[in-house]
Amino acid sequence: MPQELIERSGADIAADVIAGRASAVEVAAATLAHVASVESNVGAYLTVLSEPALAQAARVDERVRNGERLPLAGVPIAVKDNMCLDGTRTTCGSKILENWVAPYTATAVARMLEAGAVAIGKANCDEFAMGSSCENSALGVTRNPYDSTRVPGGSSGGSAAAVAAYEAAIGLGSDTGGSIREPGAFCNLIGFKPTYGRVSRYGLIAFASSLDQIGPLARTVKDAALAYDAMAGYDVMDATSIDRPVELAAESLRKDLRGLRVGIVREFDTKVLGDDMHRLYNDAYRDLERLGADIVEVSLPTADYGLATYYLIAPAECSSNLARFDGVRYGLRAQGDDVRQMYDNTRAAGFGPEVKRRILVGTYALSSGYYDAYYVRAQKARTLTARDFERAFATCDLIACPAASCPAFQFAAKSDPYSMYLMDYYTIPMSLAGLPALSVPCGWTVPDGGSLPMPIGLQLCAPLFAEKLLLGAAHAYEQATKHAAARQPALSRVSA
Amino acid sequence: MSPEYEAVIGVECHVELKTVTKMFCGCANEFGGEPNTKICPVCLGMPGALPVPNEKAIEHVLTAGVAFGAEIPSFSKFDRKNYFYPDMPKDYQISQYDMPLTVGGSVKYWMEDGTLKECRLTRIHLEEDTGKSTHAGSGDGRIAGSSYSLLDFNRAGVPLMECVSEPELHSPQEATAYLESLRRTLLVLGVSDVKMEEGSLRCDANVSVRPVGSSELGTKTEIKNMNSFRSVERAISSEIERQIALIGSGERIVQETRGWDEVHGVTHSMRSKEEAHDYRYFPDPDLVPLEIAQTAVARIAEALPTLPWERFERYTAVYGLGVKPATQLIENLVLAEYFDRVVALSGQPQQSSNFVLGDLSRLANESGVAVADSNVSAEHLAELIDLVETKRVNSKIAKELLTRMWGAGESPAVIVEREGLAQTSDRAAIERFVDEVLAANGELVAAYKAGKSNVAGFLIGQVMKASRGKADPALVNELVRQKLAP
Amino acid sequence: MLTDPIDIRYVAKLARLALTEEEIERFGKQLGELLEHVNALKDLDIASVPATAQVVESRNVTREDSLRPCLDRETVLAQAPQRQGPFFRVPRILTE
Repeated sequence: MPQELIERSGADIAADVIAGRASAVEVAAATLAHVASVESNVGAYLTVLSEPALAQAARVDERVRNGERLPLAGVPIAVKDNMCLDGTRTTCGSKILENWVAPYTATAVARMLEAGAVAIGKANCDEFAMGSSCENSALGVTRNPYDSTRVPGGSSGGSAAAVAAYEAAIGLGSDTGGSIREPGAFCNLIGFKPTYGRVSRYGLIAFASSLDQIGPLARTVKDAALAYDAMAGYDVMDATSIDRPVELAAESLRKDLRGLRVGIVREFDTKVLGDDMHRLYNDAYRDLERLGADIVEVSLPTADYGLATYYLIAPAECSSNLARFDGVRYGLRAQGDDVRQMYDNTRAAGFGPEVKRRILVGTYALSSGYYDAYYVRAQKARTLTARDFERAFATCDLIACPAASCPAFQFAAKSDPYSMYLMDYYTIPMSLAGLPALSVPCGWTVPDGGSLPMPIGLQLCAPLFAEKLLLGAAHAYEQATKHAAARQPALSRVSA
Repeated sequence: MSPEYEAVIGVECHVELKTVTKMFCGCANEFGGEPNTKICPVCLGMPGALPVPNEKAIEHVLTAGVAFGAEIPSFSKFDRKNYFYPDMPKDYQISQYDMPLTVGGSVKYWMEDGTLKECRLTRIHLEEDTGKSTHAGSGDGRIAGSSYSLLDFNRAGVPLMECVSEPELHSPQEATAYLESLRRTLLVLGVSDVKMEEGSLRCDANVSVRPVGSSELGTKTEIKNMNSFRSVERAISSEIERQIALIGSGERIVQETRGWDEVHGVTHSMRSKEEAHDYRYFPDPDLVPLEIAQTAVARIAEALPTLPWERFERYTAVYGLGVKPATQLIENLVLAEYFDRVVALSGQPQQSSNFVLGDLSRLANESGVAVADSNVSAEHLAELIDLVETKRVNSKIAKELLTRMWGAGESPAVIVEREGLAQTSDRAAIERFVDEVLAANGELVAAYKAGKSNVAGFLIGQVMKASRGKADPALVNELVRQKLAP
Repeated sequence: MLTDPIDIRYVAKLARLALTEEEIERFGKQLGELLEHVNALKDLDIASVPATAQVVESRNVTREDSLRPCLDRETVLAQAPQRQGPFFRVPRILTE
C-alpha cells in the first residue's frame, strides 16, 4: 500500500487527500519511510525534513477538513537546495553555505506550500546550480535512479533523482541553461522551464539573474502543469517577475496536436548523436505528426553561438551575484589577518573549482578593457538568438528538438569543463531567449559501454508566455507515447 | 590665493533621500537607532533576496533634476558597481553608470555681495547607501591602526542621490555658496533633510589650479572627509595653497585622493589614482529599465515650489532687501513663506522684513515658538505695517502692539481702537503737552537756553510720555525746539 | 576581439579568491581554452544590433514607499561568523 501510494502522481495524491481516501500525513509518512529506505543509494536530498514535513502535512489535512480545495493537497515535493525555506538549512550544494539556515521562504516554495504541497527535503544540486551532472555539489553524491553508475544530470539533479525514485511526486528545480530540462531527460521526467519572469525568483539563490528560472520536475505533464499553476504569477518581491495574467495549464491539456505547426530545427542535425538517438528523435517527430501536427523546418542560424554567448553572460552575472559570500554576515568564514585576507581565504575555501572558474571568467569578462569585447558582444549575440526564435515562431507554434546530446553519462565521464558545458548545447538557446521549454521522455537507449537502457528526452519549446500551449502539447505526446512508463527505476526499490 | 593662479573646483554630493523606506526594500529609512534593527534579507544581501526600487526615491531625484533644469532622459537604468567592502552587504552597490536619471542642469547660487552665479551639473543619479563601520581596537576610532571593525547595516540600502557638478567653481567661497544653495533647494523640495552632521549630506571636492587665463585643467586631487560647510571651505583653501606652493617650487601635482584633517587644517594623501578600482559596472539583471514619461516630468515641474535663487532674486532685485536679510529669510523656508504672505498683504517688503527678522524673530527666539506658528498671523502683521505706514501708530507703539499680538493673537487695529493708542498729529493737543512739560521743567529750559542743548532730548521724551506715547514724534520734536528757541 | 592571455592573478584579486600556484596554472589554461571557444562570437556581425540585458521587456517595476517587517536581530546575528554585541565583527580593514 505505501509503495502504491508514493508511486501515484501528484494529481492523484491531491485528489485522494481532498476526497479523504488518504491523508496528507499518511502520504508524507509513506514518502519519508521510502526516502529512508532508498536514500543511501540515491542520495537525492541534502536535508530530509522529517518532522517539519509531518507537521506541514497535518496542517494540510486541517485545511482540507476546513473545506479548502488545495490543488496540491498533500503532494510531497523535493525543493532544490538553492531555494530558501524559512528555518531550514539552505546550502546551494556549497561549503560556503553548508550551515546557513534561511530566515525566509522563497516565493515559489511558499506558493507550492500554500497550494497544499508538503516539502519532504532539500535536494542536492551542482554547487550554486553550476553544472550538468550534480557532480559539482560539495555536499553529496546523487545517483541516477535508473543506473547507479550514472549521474542524474544537473544542476537540479537531486530534485530529478528524488522524483524519479518516488522520493517526491514533484521536484522544484531551477534552470539557467538547461538545469531542469537536462536532468528531466536523464531521469525519465518532465522537466519544465517556464518563460523567464513567470515564476518569482525571490528566494532563489541567484546564479545568473537574467537567465535563472524556477520550474517543476515531475513524472507527468499534468503534475508539472499543476505545479506551474501554483507557482506562476507576478510577485512584488521580484522586479523581473512578469505582471501578466497566467493562463492555468492543468485544466486545459490537449489530446492531440491538430492545427499546430511544429518546427524542427535545421541546424540541430540528430545524425551527430549516433544512430540510436537519431532514430528515436525521428520517431518522436513522426509521433508528433501522427498526433496531427504539421511538421515544418525552421532555422536558428545563431544556435551554434549559444554556448559562447551563455558562457560569458552567465559567469559575468554569477561573478557579481556570488560576491556577497564573503564571510562577513553569514556562511563560512576562513581566518585572515585583515578583511582582505579573510575574503580571499573564505572564498578559496568555500567555493569549488567550477564556481571559481566561472567567477574568474565572469570577472574577466566584465573587467576594464574587456567589457565591450566580451560582455556587450555576448549581450548583442543574445539579441540575435532571440530574433532567431521570433523568426522561427512566425512559421511554427512549437519547436521540437533534443533535450540533451546523450543519455545520462557515468560519473567522472566529463572531467574537462568544456565537455560538460557542451551538455547544454540544445537547451541554452531557449534560455538566452527566455522561452518556455520542457523535456518529455521520448524513448530509451543503451548507452555505449552501458548495460541498462537509459531514458532520453524530447525538448519542446514555445513562444514567450505560451506555457499553456506547450504543456498541452506535451501532454498529448506523453499520453500517446507513454515512453516514461516503459521502465521502473532500479534504485527505487533496492531496499524497499 | 596667489593672483597668478586660478582654482578649478568641482563638487560631488551624496544626499540621503527622505523616504519612509529604503531604496530597494521595506525597512525603515531613519537616522540612527539600535544597531542592526532595520535590516531584512534584501538590505542585508542575503542569498536569494532581490531588490525592488522605491518609487518615491525615483520621484525625488526627478524632482531635483527638474528643479535644477536638468534634462530627464526618457530611458534610465540601474547598474552594479562591483567592489568588496565589509559595510556593503552584496559587495556591489546598485547605482547608475551611463544612464542616470537626470543629465545637466545647474545650481544658481549667490555670493555675500549678492552676485548671482551658476554652476552646471554633470548629472544626478540614484544609488544605495552602505552600512556603517566602527573601527575599534586603536583607541581613537580611526581605521588606521584599528584591530577590528564593527558593522551596523541600518543605513545599508538607504536611497542616496549623487549630484555631480561641473568643475566650474573658482574659490572656496563659491564652493560653499554653491553647496548652501544646493542644500536649501533640496530642503525646499522636501527630498532630503540635508544634514551634514547626520550624514544625510556628504560631499567631496575635486580641486586643481592653473595659471590665470589658461584654459587647460591642471592635475586634480579629490578631497574627502569634510564634515561641515566650514570644513569644505577650509579644506579647499588649504588644498589650493598646497598645490600653488608645489607648482611654485617646481613640483608636480599627483592625481590622488586626499583626506581633510580638521584638527591640523591640512589635507593628507589617502590613495593614488594608480590603484583605482576596476568596478566592472554592468546593468543590474535583477532590475528592469525605467522609462520616464514627459507627462510625469511636466507634472513634477508644475508642482515645483519657489526655489531659493528665485526668492533671492525677487527679494533683492524687486523688494530691494539686502543680501543678508534676504538670505536669512530664505534660510528658513517657513519664515520666507510667512514673509511672502505679509508682503503680499501689505505691499511693504522692507517693513515686512524689518518686523519678521527683527521684533518677530526676537519674540520667537525668546518664546521658542516659530513665527509662523505664533499668534501673529500674516494678516495681523500686514495690518500693523499698514498702521505704521499710515502713521496711525508710531514705531514705539507698534513694538508694544506686536508683543501684545504675540500673546493674545488680536488684530492690532482692534487693540488700537479699543485702547486709544492711535498716534496723534493734532498740533494743538501736542502743543498743550509741550507747554505743560516746559512749565514743569523751568530749570532745564533755562539750562537749554544757557547752551546745554542736550537737555532737549529729555524734554521730548517727557512730552512723549505725557501723550502716553501716542504723539507723532516728529511733531513733538519740532514743537519742543520751536518753543525753546530764543 | 581578444588575444591577450588572461592576467589570472589580477582577475583573482578582483574576485577576492586566493588561488594556489597549481590553480593559477590550471584555471589559467582552462579559461584560455574557454575564451578560444568564446572567440567564435567575433564572427557575428553585431555592429548594429542592440544589446539584450533582459529578455522580457518590462519597464518601471517599482514598489510603494511603505514599510515591511524587518528581520529579528538575534536571528540574523546568530548566523554571523563573528559578532560583538549588536554588531557584526570583521578583522581590521586595511586602507589601500
